[in-house]
Amino acid sequence: MSAFTAQSFQAVDGIIARHAGLQGPLLPILHAVQDEFGYVPADAVPRIAEALHLSRAEVHGVISFYHFFRQHAPGKHVVQVCRAEACQAMNCEATEACAKQRLSADYHGTSPDGQFTLEAVYCLGNCAAAPSVMVDDKLYGRVTPERLDKILADWSKR
Amino acid sequence: MATRLYISRDAAAEALGVDETVIAIEAAAQARGVPLEITRVGSRGMVWLEPLVEVEHDGQRIAYGPVNAEDVPALVEAGLFDAKPHALRHGRVEDIPYFAKQERLTFARVGIIDPVSVAQYVAHGGYDGLKRALSMTGADVVKEVTDSGLRGRGGAAFPTGIKWKTVHDQVADQKYVVCNADEGDSGTFSDRMVMEGDPLSLVEGMTIAGVAVGATQGYIYLRCEYPHAEKALREAIANARAAGYLGKDVCGSGKTFELEVRMGAGAYVCGEETSLLESLEGKRAEVRFRPPLPAIQGLFGKPTVINNVISLASLPVILQKGATFYKDFGMGRSRGTLPFQLAGNLKRGGLVEKAFGVTLRELLYDYGGGSASGRPIRAVQVGGPLGAYVPEKDFDTPLDYEAFTAIGALVGHGGIVAFDDTVDMAKMARYAMEFCAVESCGKCTPCRIGSTRGVEVIDKIIAGQDTASNTELLKDLCNTMLSGSLCGLGGMTPFPVTSALKHFPADFAPKRS
Repeated sequence: MSAFTAQSFQAVDGIIARHAGLQGPLLPILHAVQDEFGYVPADAVPRIAEALHLSRAEVHGVISFYHFFRQHAPGKHVVQVCRAEACQAMNCEATEACAKQRLSADYHGTSPDGQFTLEAVYCLGNCAAAPSVMVDDKLYGRVTPERLDKILADWSKR
Repeated sequence: MATRLYISRDAAAEALGVDETVIAIEAAAQARGVPLEITRVGSRGMVWLEPLVEVEHDGQRIAYGPVNAEDVPALVEAGLFDAKPHALRHGRVEDIPYFAKQERLTFARVGIIDPVSVAQYVAHGGYDGLKRALSMTGADVVKEVTDSGLRGRGGAAFPTGIKWKTVHDQVADQKYVVCNADEGDSGTFSDRMVMEGDPLSLVEGMTIAGVAVGATQGYIYLRCEYPHAEKALREAIANARAAGYLGKDVCGSGKTFELEVRMGAGAYVCGEETSLLESLEGKRAEVRFRPPLPAIQGLFGKPTVINNVISLASLPVILQKGATFYKDFGMGRSRGTLPFQLAGNLKRGGLVEKAFGVTLRELLYDYGGGSASGRPIRAVQVGGPLGAYVPEKDFDTPLDYEAFTAIGALVGHGGIVAFDDTVDMAKMARYAMEFCAVESCGKCTPCRIGSTRGVEVIDKIIAGQDTASNTELLKDLCNTMLSGSLCGLGGMTPFPVTSALKHFPADFAPKRS
């Protein structure tokens, strides 16, 4: 991982400035930082803390509280497999096992080729066509292991 | 004249390949020189028929579904563009029994109009409710909502009008309207579908709430797992603002109402209103003590109306048609309609809006068509991951808040997840504890620690280790969580656990391999 450059700091400062007018701006800032870098880099934390008059611990506490914010760079794509009840009723365990095996990674892990980070998710709101999987922002329904194979093959080319 | 098609842009349709279907249809039309006009609409809620293609013919919309991309060439050959017969043709959408028997009030426009078009929204009765509200006093609007019998659709079922009256009666320099769009319950997707299919009804509902209680700023707190809803909401808000329905002078009334979408970050507990407020303020989403109620000291310490998406999206029709119209639907103290969500192992999953009083069995079999696997339905979880598991003997219970409480269950947000007879209920009980451990905000010890201990105790029971005393211990632990947690996460996780234990005790016996 390359060091945080002057350009990176500039990007963080730009994000902070863009959100200056909001009430309760911390979550929108963290979302924007993660959109920019793919995760919330540790070097960005003191910068955000200073701008919002918070301690670094407070900002870190917020980042670590929410499942969505990550503190390390993910793979090129993020694969979310739903393991909530409606998907369990349609045997998402098989889909989960297939994802772990194909990607050689457990939840929160990244495939050895750096292409995919695997995450568990608790409901994607697609419960009438379970099991559900989301790759980046693209949602898939009725994802059997066979269908997951095709989806992953398709995304590994992108 | 161009052939007019209506095709869903809903995430559930996309998940089943609707975009590929649209590409195939466009290609086939181009090859034949047929001019097409495709309107992307919300989903009719018949997820089992998605991708659903509606062809306008003689002023009627004729349904074809499910239409996968590979079905398109044969379908076009058979005369899709002229609404000709085919195995996938279902006739008029309104005549499909699943749809025909519904009572669509909140979802009246979903699947019919372009979701982000203000002109189409207004042409279908949109903003009539707000205009009426603007001609009334705030107190009268609050009374209308109270008289309609509307209770919080997020699951708590607290009377909406009473909540509003508290906010209305506060004197403050700033009040807020917050929409809880953190629909994290498994088996629920009605918030998502209305936000994607008719987002302006939520925008209008929040504006009505603002006008009624004297709030000038609204926030929609949306879960980040819903990128499609985010897009639809942002478009709808921009269009409403451009048309003068939001901003400094709502509909020329001189009243201000601004609206902003804020994204959550994957914390289930944010569905609890006080943790949601903490999150909006930019903090760890730890649950607050009550009192003070959010209606008195809510967002940034100011009086705040906080309601679920469906509660707010039901307001336009209540104000448009009046409290009595809405109240005439339903049974007992459960008035109006609820969009039920049929999920999990069902043949015909989707959204069914019905008046309260429909039975679970009707929803599971008449609408849902029984299990997708063809095996008997053994257990049904109603009301999300904190809802009880209902056994077959209770399937004739009407969906009514009080009737469900009487059988030790809850209606909640109206999510219905069916499991066939292959389900292992001890595993589901263990999962309920595991989920609570993952999602606990950490504030209350019974929830934070108890959920992990719960997983361990269930493991011991399943392994046949001191079964009797460990079962007692599990019940005791559930009781501690129930009484010793500030919010529903710790306080209701015992419902799925104890209902599984009560109705399906055999599943907790040691497994013989």
